[in-house]
Amino acid sequence: MIKQLLVGMAAGLTVLGAASADDLKLGFIFVGPKDDYGYNQAHAQGETGISGLSGVKTVDEAQVPETVAVEETMRDMITQDSVSVLFPTSFGYFDPHIIKVAKQFPDIQFLHCGGLYAEGKTPKNVGSYFGYIDEAEYICGIVAASTSKTGKIGFIAAKPIPQVLRNINSYALGAQTVNPKISVQVIFTGDWSLPVKEAEAANSLVDQGADVLTCHVDSPKVVVQTAEKRGVYVTGYHANQSAMAPKGYLTGAEWDWTNVYGMYIKLLQSGKTLENGGIPHMFRGGIKDGFVKVSPYGSAVSEQGKAAAEAAKAQFLAGTMIIYKGPISDNKGKVVIPAGTSMDQKDPGLEKMDYLVAGVVGSTQG
Amino acid sequence: MSDPEASVSAPIAQPSVAAAEAGTTRRAAFGVRWRRQLEAVLIPVGAIAVSLILFGVFCFFAGANPLAVYASIDKAAFGSWYSFQNTLVRAAPLMLCALCTAIPFRLGLVVIGNEGAFVIGGLCATIVGLQMPTGSPLTVQIAMALSGMAAGGFWILLVGALKYYRGVNETISSLLMNYIALALLNQAVNSWIKDPSSLNKPSSYPIPDAQMLQPIGGSLVNWGLVFGIVACLITWFLMQKTTFGFQIRVIGGNIRAARLAGLPVGPTIVIACFLAGAAPGLAGMVEVAAVQGSASESLAAGYGYGGVLVAFLARQNAFGCILVSVLLGGLLASGGILQRTHHLPDATTLVFQGIVFLTILYSESLYGRWKFFREGNA
Repeated sequence: MIKQLLVGMAAGLTVLGAASADDLKLGFIFVGPKDDYGYNQAHAQGETGISGLSGVKTVDEAQVPETVAVEETMRDMITQDSVSVLFPTSFGYFDPHIIKVAKQFPDIQFLHCGGLYAEGKTPKNVGSYFGYIDEAEYICGIVAASTSKTGKIGFIAAKPIPQVLRNINSYALGAQTVNPKISVQVIFTGDWSLPVKEAEAANSLVDQGADVLTCHVDSPKVVVQTAEKRGVYVTGYHANQSAMAPKGYLTGAEWDWTNVYGMYIKLLQSGKTLENGGIPHMFRGGIKDGFVKVSPYGSAVSEQGKAAAEAAKAQFLAGTMIIYKGPISDNKGKVVIPAGTSMDQKDPGLEKMDYLVAGVVGSTQG
Repeated sequence: MSDPEASVSAPIAQPSVAAAEAGTTRRAAFGVRWRRQLEAVLIPVGAIAVSLILFGVFCFFAGANPLAVYASIDKAAFGSWYSFQNTLVRAAPLMLCALCTAIPFRLGLVVIGNEGAFVIGGLCATIVGLQMPTGSPLTVQIAMALSGMAAGGFWILLVGALKYYRGVNETISSLLMNYIALALLNQAVNSWIKDPSSLNKPSSYPIPDAQMLQPIGGSLVNWGLVFGIVACLITWFLMQKTTFGFQIRVIGGNIRAARLAGLPVGPTIVIACFLAGAAPGLAGMVEVAAVQGSASESLAAGYGYGGVLVAFLARQNAFGCILVSVLLGGLLASGGILQRTHHLPDATTLVFQGIVFLTILYSESLYGRWKFFREGNA
């Protein structure tokens, strides 16, 4: 009796909160907390950015691990919340979880951040989106090198995987355009979220003379705060962290998911789908396409530094900038891109990157 | 904490009592046992009720209607066959992981290396599975299960041996061995068994689909649940009904007395720790063979730490581990609906678990406080 009453009340609440049938209902899934100052926050901001659009309803769930839990969340969002488009944002959700659930629900669009669509292998209703954030890292490298007095930059990274190596290399190549002798020292912590190790790495890099820090971990919070505390400069990642380092924050490489999700919504609202070819299975873009951006420059950035950064940005916007233009050697002296060869952002070779360019101190063995 | 069952001793009948009085004593003994068991049920149930009320207060201040929240938890955890399956899927690895703490606890050891044994079990099962690409599904699955159990068992055996032969604190060593297990996993999936096509999420080569553990008869539930229930029942039987279990309990009660009595203390500790580790090792194998399909960092999803929680909530009773795992599985499964329907912050599930855990731990101190449960003892 009481149970029926409670269920009745819950049902009543659900009806009150129900949306009209024509609304486009989107479900967002995050692997960590929505306020991590990093990867998840960037996606959550993207969701918030589009949730006010007319005809759009969103539902989200955070702290969902890469296990059967995410399969269950996806199924629940589809069956209980009548979601028609899912954005499971963590890379590890893709294989096997998204592939498995996508096969069970062929009418639902699964849009995954970072995955690779394989024609004929991945279900047709799965698409992938990602940004060339190394373009923003290249600009951050320019700003960092033009601000550094010691000529040493410290980079704290999670794992030596292609995506991370590409960011480090682009950062170093950007920095080298300002100061060819600049040294970028890398420390790999081994995992995406290890706050204690990140703080230790940041402190040890500062002790070794680095006066600009940056990072590629899930939440840059610890690195940014440690840099500010030690009185050195820092460039951010994922989201804008300037509030945590008002003195030392130079700029940062940010995602613009609000823009990307907005583009998806326009396509979806005009009846386009992954299956009918209206939405590309691989949706990629850089600064020019509005996938990524750089944070506003901090007070410590010189006019000269700003000018150099803006010049590079203008080239990205014009589509004339190619970061990986030979000759480029790795930090062991081996030529990885010969003279005369250019690899543009779409080059699949860049997705397999397994080296650190010359000028970077560190090893891909972690 | 003392073992409730071990401390239940039937009142000793006076040698001189007449037959009638002996009957009274038996009745009294029954009365004591009945009241003790009632206590053992009422205290945890009461604790859960109190934690629900406390959580309701939290929800109220977070801006949600507590009654609607309770209804949602019930609906998401146990409300339908679909949601109950989700609960069971989450409960299965918890049962196996809980045994890793519950078995050594009877020896007086607090082992929290469940996560490490889970990861090592999953990793070794994957390595063995990958060696037999042409094996029949059943052969491959048996080989994977045995290697997962052996690896997890060896992992915790080391903890037990370090404790007994070198005096190393088992809680610290098992905790640290979790990190070693993770490091081994990362090293393996980055080099020895790395699938080169797994670029941004280093993973092992996949186990072929045909060799994967299939769900039980068209449901969402996999065989891990059966393994978990059977393992808990075997453990319960072993502990309560066999000489080996008795040895374990004597060692846990007083290790010097056990030595004086001539019990093989060292071998018992080592074997019990092996059994303890084999359980999460098997859970790791199931995670690879039924869910993930390959070994990667996703293996370390916290089932092991959840198992520690389950073991303590079940008061280290193997049978209780089954029930508590289902309860905790339900709570975990309801975490999503709290966020999606009631717009509570994502940390709410953690708050809920924390409240339940603390309340139940506190309730431990209530045993023996009420005369009612002790009456008939005099």
